[in-house]
Amino acid sequence: MTPRPVRTALAVALLVAGAAACSSSGGGDPLAAKSPAPAPSAPASAGGASGKTVVVGSANFPENVLLASIYSQALQAKGVKVEEKFNIGSREVLYGQLQSGALTVLPEYNGALLGYLDAKSTATGKDAVNTELKAKLPAGLAILDSAAAEDKDSLTVTQETADKLGVKSIADLAGKAQDLVIGGPPEFKTRREQQFKDVYGLTFKEWKPTGDTTANALKDGGIQVGNVFTTDPKIVQLKLVALDDPKNLFSSQNVTPLVNTAGLDATGTAALNAVSAKLDTAGLTALMKRVAVDKEDPSAVAKSWLKSAGLS
Amino acid sequence: MLDGEPLVRWHWLGDHLGYLADLTADHAVIALVPVLLALLLAVPLGLACARFPRLYQPLAAVFNVVYALPSLAVFVVLIPYTGLATRQTVMVPLTCYALAVLLPTAVDGLRAVPEPVRQAATAMGYGPWRRLAAVELPASVPYLIGGLRVAAVSSISLAAVGALVGRGGLGYLFVDGFQRTFPTPILAGIALVALLALATDLLLVAARRVLAPWERGVAR
Amino acid sequence: MNWLGWLHDFLADPAHRSGPDSIVHRLLEHLAFSAEALGLSALVALPLGLLIGYSGRGLFLVTAVAGVARALPTLGLVTLAVLLAGVGDTAVLLPLTALAAPPMLVAAAEGVRGTDPDVRDAARGIGLTHPQTLLRVCVPAAAPTLLAGVRTASVQVIATATVAAYVGLGGLGRYVIDGLATRNYPTTVGGALLVVLLAVGVQLLFALLIRLAAPPGARSSPRTRARRTGGPSEDPATVPASPPALVKEVP
Repeated sequence: MTPRPVRTALAVALLVAGAAACSSSGGGDPLAAKSPAPAPSAPASAGGASGKTVVVGSANFPENVLLASIYSQALQAKGVKVEEKFNIGSREVLYGQLQSGALTVLPEYNGALLGYLDAKSTATGKDAVNTELKAKLPAGLAILDSAAAEDKDSLTVTQETADKLGVKSIADLAGKAQDLVIGGPPEFKTRREQQFKDVYGLTFKEWKPTGDTTANALKDGGIQVGNVFTTDPKIVQLKLVALDDPKNLFSSQNVTPLVNTAGLDATGTAALNAVSAKLDTAGLTALMKRVAVDKEDPSAVAKSWLKSAGLS
Repeated sequence: MLDGEPLVRWHWLGDHLGYLADLTADHAVIALVPVLLALLLAVPLGLACARFPRLYQPLAAVFNVVYALPSLAVFVVLIPYTGLATRQTVMVPLTCYALAVLLPTAVDGLRAVPEPVRQAATAMGYGPWRRLAAVELPASVPYLIGGLRVAAVSSISLAAVGALVGRGGLGYLFVDGFQRTFPTPILAGIALVALLALATDLLLVAARRVLAPWERGVAR
Repeated sequence: MNWLGWLHDFLADPAHRSGPDSIVHRLLEHLAFSAEALGLSALVALPLGLLIGYSGRGLFLVTAVAGVARALPTLGLVTLAVLLAGVGDTAVLLPLTALAAPPMLVAAAEGVRGTDPDVRDAARGIGLTHPQTLLRVCVPAAAPTLLAGVRTASVQVIATATVAAYVGLGGLGRYVIDGLATRNYPTTVGGALLVVLLAVGVQLLFALLIRLAAPPGARSSPRTRARRTGGPSEDPATVPASPPALVKEVP
């Protein structure tokens, strides 16, 4: 009925599938750290880090590319040889590459990283998170100093609402929440409604799933309180105020370098810690506006920030 | 979605000419070196298939399957072997795709010599190798170049997908533009990919005119 | 963990059994994207290609345009379409249509043009009008070439529709992309395997159709048919992507 080549093609497809299924000897998750054939850029041997090229990687979203650019240029300013591998993939992909030594430095967020290593962790404050992280990280990986800068969930209001209600922190919403409509991504309600009750004793009038339009909905008055990421450039653009979270309902998400210790020497470590010492949330938000709204190149924005911070 | 972002920020293009040129050069290497490699493999494989017809059907079947593999999945699977965000991760599968296109054309080309011509060459005292060099390979040039045109153009288009695993030449413009709601680099990337393909195609057409001048009347 | 284990994991994952992430649902999504794009391009490209092939006019232009269209990167078109039109089926339908149209257009034009001129003259001679000649004589003669073009387009569309998942749409690409993002290797491999099986299945279907469509006289001897229609290959099914330049007579 059917011509031979196509029949053979089907046979080949099945054979490939079959061979794939049967080759149990070729075990090992190729995306995992201990891959059967390690990436060619093999880990630098411990101690011999100086003079070796440091590979700075980044996850596939603009803020992480910006942070990686800052790290990369800060290292280069101190004479460290750097190779950039930006915008590659998610934490899940990059973490294994860091373990294998194919990457040396990665901009991370301490709370999210801890959640990745231990989904059940309940630590929320910066120090608590970092202490737990250090205990959970495998040998060979380490976090350096965390920056004050955070990209975390927040409750955000407009400047007018903040002035009118006289609120600066989530705790100040006590007694006012029942008149306010809150918005955020669809999963926000299921994740947080009970927590707001338990931690701050807040019950909101209504929960609206506003997704990517949360900031605009705040401005338009459709909601009065919204769940916005703290470095969202719209906070600056639309003159929004992120409320303080004194009881740490939202876990810390401090920008923190995650490094393969064998690949980075003391000079490099000092360079990255110097970045963390200077980087705060307002600064990062302003930089993100330049990248995401003004469409400046992340590398150019990183360069000008390093210059103004005296790190270049 | 655009929220007031203009379709094209012309000054961005002006400010990034060097950057765009670098990406284009990178893209050309990632996309076209595999096509050349595939050509080098296709000719001997094609010869083998022309001599041993039984070889051809299984090989053609294998490449039929290869051609249907989603490129992204292949890139992902190769990362542990070829390294993260390296050129090889993208170039190895592209070589296979190009070979899938070139092998049949090479076989057709080598079979295209009419039997009387072949016999005439033998009668003139040509040995098999000399006949291959003087008669069969030249006769297959139009076929091979036709295959090269398709392989090169699709390779240029496919290479962009490599950006999803960190190495896709001009494809980075699509990822970057998409992440930042920034259509300018996306449009620039589409235009440059198309231009690169067009330039390659014209080059191949010119090559055919030089290498197979007898085709001039018939070919485009 | 081995390949067998991965496949088992992929198939055994309860999320892949039912619901929006089930294999059946993703497969149907993938088929829907592909079928819509193929249908739309067939609607546009095939009639146009037949007319051009029959009249012989505009052939150069068509092959040139098809060549450029072939070079348009689907990833770029999809990302641009999402920025302009939002996440939705159109964002992937139009780029896939642009991918599928060129091979169909060229195959239709070349197939009709390759009809034996004597046969055409004979058809005119017995009093058939131009439309009748095209539909009753040229189209059946061109059917194998034409179907080979549609098959090439189908395989490309099915393999490329995986890109839709990058911009948040469904289809089998979800497994590939989600597997990559979550480092769930079984999911990526399982998704890729499904795409390949789908593509090979479609190839089988077309091989059957091409067989059935071949004119009865030619069925027994594909070699002579290929010669007469100017096909580069003895059997169109052996060529994964019929290069347009080769669907021409080479002396």
